[in-house]
Amino acid sequence: MDVIDQVFATVSTGPVGEGMSRCVEWLLNHAQPIFLVIDYAINGLAGAIEQILSVPAPWLLAPLIAVLAGWRVSLSFAILSLLGLNLVLFMGLWQPMISTLALVIAASLLALLIGIPIGIFSARRQHIWAITRPVLDLMQTMPAFVYLIPAVMFFGTGLVPSTIATLIFSMPPVVRLTYLGIRQVPVDLIEAGRAFGCSERQLLWKVQLPNALPTLMAGVNQTIMLALSMVVIASMIGGGGLGDVVLRGIQQLDVGLGFEGGLAVVILAVILDRLTQSLAASNFSRKSLPQRFKAFTNLWTSS
Amino acid sequence: MSDMTPQISIDQLWKVFGERPERALEDLCQSMDAEQLNARTGLKAAVRDVTLSISSGEIFVVMGLSGSGKSTLLRMINGLILPTAGEVTVDGKPISQLAAAELQKLRSNKMAMVFQSFALFPQRTALENAAFGLEVAGVPRQKRLEKAREALERVGLGKDLDRLPQQLSGGMQQRVGLARALALDPPILLMDEAFSALDPLIRREMQEQLLELQAESPRTIVFISHDLDEAVRLGDRIALMKEGKVLQCGTPRELLCKPANEQVRHFFQDVDAASVITVDTVAESPACVINQAELLQQTDECSKVQKMACIIDEHNLFKGVLQKNGEIISAEKGPALTAETTIRDAMELVANVPYPIPVIGSDQRLIGVISPRRLLRSMILR
Repeated sequence: MDVIDQVFATVSTGPVGEGMSRCVEWLLNHAQPIFLVIDYAINGLAGAIEQILSVPAPWLLAPLIAVLAGWRVSLSFAILSLLGLNLVLFMGLWQPMISTLALVIAASLLALLIGIPIGIFSARRQHIWAITRPVLDLMQTMPAFVYLIPAVMFFGTGLVPSTIATLIFSMPPVVRLTYLGIRQVPVDLIEAGRAFGCSERQLLWKVQLPNALPTLMAGVNQTIMLALSMVVIASMIGGGGLGDVVLRGIQQLDVGLGFEGGLAVVILAVILDRLTQSLAASNFSRKSLPQRFKAFTNLWTSS
Repeated sequence: MSDMTPQISIDQLWKVFGERPERALEDLCQSMDAEQLNARTGLKAAVRDVTLSISSGEIFVVMGLSGSGKSTLLRMINGLILPTAGEVTVDGKPISQLAAAELQKLRSNKMAMVFQSFALFPQRTALENAAFGLEVAGVPRQKRLEKAREALERVGLGKDLDRLPQQLSGGMQQRVGLARALALDPPILLMDEAFSALDPLIRREMQEQLLELQAESPRTIVFISHDLDEAVRLGDRIALMKEGKVLQCGTPRELLCKPANEQVRHFFQDVDAASVITVDTVAESPACVINQAELLQQTDECSKVQKMACIIDEHNLFKGVLQKNGEIISAEKGPALTAETTIRDAMELVANVPYPIPVIGSDQRLIGVISPRRLLRSMILR
C-alpha cells in the first residue's frame, strides 16, 4: 500500500507543475478576449489559405507545382514531383494533403512573421539574445505534446491549436538562422557601411540583411520542414489533413493506411524542401540569381 | 603642393582597449612600453599620445608595422572608433562631440574610406557598389548611378559596370573600392592599407593612378601603409608609428636624412635613397661663376676656365654654361636639372654630359652644380 502511494506521489504534480497549471488557469479566466482574437485571426488565415489552394482542381495545381519545380530546381525534379503528386491523387489523399499544406503555410508564415524580427533584434542587441536564446532552447527541447495541452485548453481542438503548436515548434530555426546570418556579416562590410555614413537603420537594410539573406533563407527552409514534421502530432488535437490519415492508421492498426499517409507526407516534404532550398541558394554566379536578388532587395532599398 | 591650413588635427590622441582604459593614462603607465603595460594592467594601448596635423591637399602616409596602431588611428579620424582621450578635429569640428546624425553626415560629405580587404558588397554590382555612398546620402537613383559610372570610368572600369565583385580580379575590386569613395567626391580620403593586398605590379599601377587622380583634383589623403617604398612614393609627409607612438613625422627626405632616433634610421635603411633625395640637397657650388656682364668684357677670364663656368645675370638667374673650349650653351638649349629632380632621375643626364650639370630652382636661380663624382658621394654619405 505504502509503495503504491509512493509511486503515485512521484508522478503526481509537484509545485512547479502546480504553478504552471495555476498560470494556465488564470489565463483561461482572464485573457479570454485575447484568445478569441487569436482564434479568429488564425482561423481566418488558415481557412483562407486552404480555400485558395482548393480553388484550382488537382489536374491544374499539380502541373503548376511541377512547372515551378522545373523552373526553380530542374526538369527531372519537375517530372518526379508530378509523378509524386499523381500518386497522392491516386491514393485519394489529395484533399488531406491540401489541408496539411494550408496548415504548414499558415504556421510557417506566422513563424516567419514573428521569428525574423525577433532574430534581427536579437542580433543587434546582445541582451535581447540573452533572453531569446533560452526561450528558443525551451521551444526546441520541450516535447511537443506538452504544449498541445494548454493549446487545447485555450483554443479547444481543431485548426487553431494545431497551427499554434506548429508555430511554436517551427519558429526556432528561423530566429536562430536570422541571428546567425546577421552576426556573420563580415566586420569590414559593417565598417564600410558605417564609414559611408549609414545610420543604424540603413546599415540593417542595406548591409546586414542583404548579406544575411542566404542564411536567413536556410532558416525559412528549416522552419517549413519542421512545420511539416509537426503535422502528424498536431493531428492528435484535430489538425486534420495527412496527419489524421496516419493517426487513423495507427489507431486502427491499419499498416496500409498509415503507410499511404506517411508516403504522402514524404512527397509533400521533398517538394517543399527542394523548392524552398532553391530560394536559399547562395550561389551568386548563377546568372538569373543576381537579378532576382536585386529585385528582392530593391523592394526595400530603392529610394 | 599643399597649403598650410590643417584640415585634420589630431591632438594628444589615445586609444586603449581593455577594462577601465583610462588607467593607461596615469603617469606611471605612460612611461611603460606596450608590453609592460599589457603585462601589468592587461590593457592594450593601440594609440598613445599622438599629435599630428594634416594639411588640406596633402598625401599623408601613416607608416608602421602591423600592430603599431595605424589602422586604429585612421578609424578615429572618421569616428568608427572613439578615442579614450584626446580629440580629432576635422575642419574645426571635434569628432567625439558630434551626435550620431552629424557624424553620419560628416562621413557622407567629408570623407570616404578605402579598405585593405576591399569590403565590397558581394550582392551588388560594381556600379551599385560605387553608388553606395550616394545611395546612403539619399541621392536620387538616376543621379547616383550616373556619378558612380563617372567614378568607375575614372578608375578605368567603365566596361565592368554590371559585374559582381567576385567576378572581378583583386586589382579591379580595389578600383571599385576606390570608385565607391571617389563617387562621393570627398575632400578627404582615408585609405587603410588600400593596396597592400594587391600584387606588386598592380599595386604600382594603383599608386600611379592615385597620384594621377591627386594631380587632377587634390584631396587630403590619409594613407595607411606598412610598405616603405609605397610610403616614400606616395607621401608628401610620413608619420612613422611604432607601438602606438609616432616616432617621427616629416617629409620622406627628412625621415631619411635626419632620422630622429635609431629606430627611424633602422626603418629607413633599406629605402632606395636615390629615389628620395633630390639634387638640390647634394648640389655643390660651381667652381666658377661668371656674371653675364663680365662675360662680354673679360674674354681673358673665360679662357682660364678649367672645366666649365656657369653664367648668371645680375639677379643671380641662370643664363647658360661656358664650356672649356670657350663655347657658350645658353640656358634654353643646355642640359639642366630642376631642384626637385631625384638623384635616380638625374643619373642618366649626369653620366652623359661631360661637365657638371647646373641645378636650377623654380625661380630660375642657380642653386649649384652636380658632377658624377658628387652624385656618387651623395649615395655613400648619408
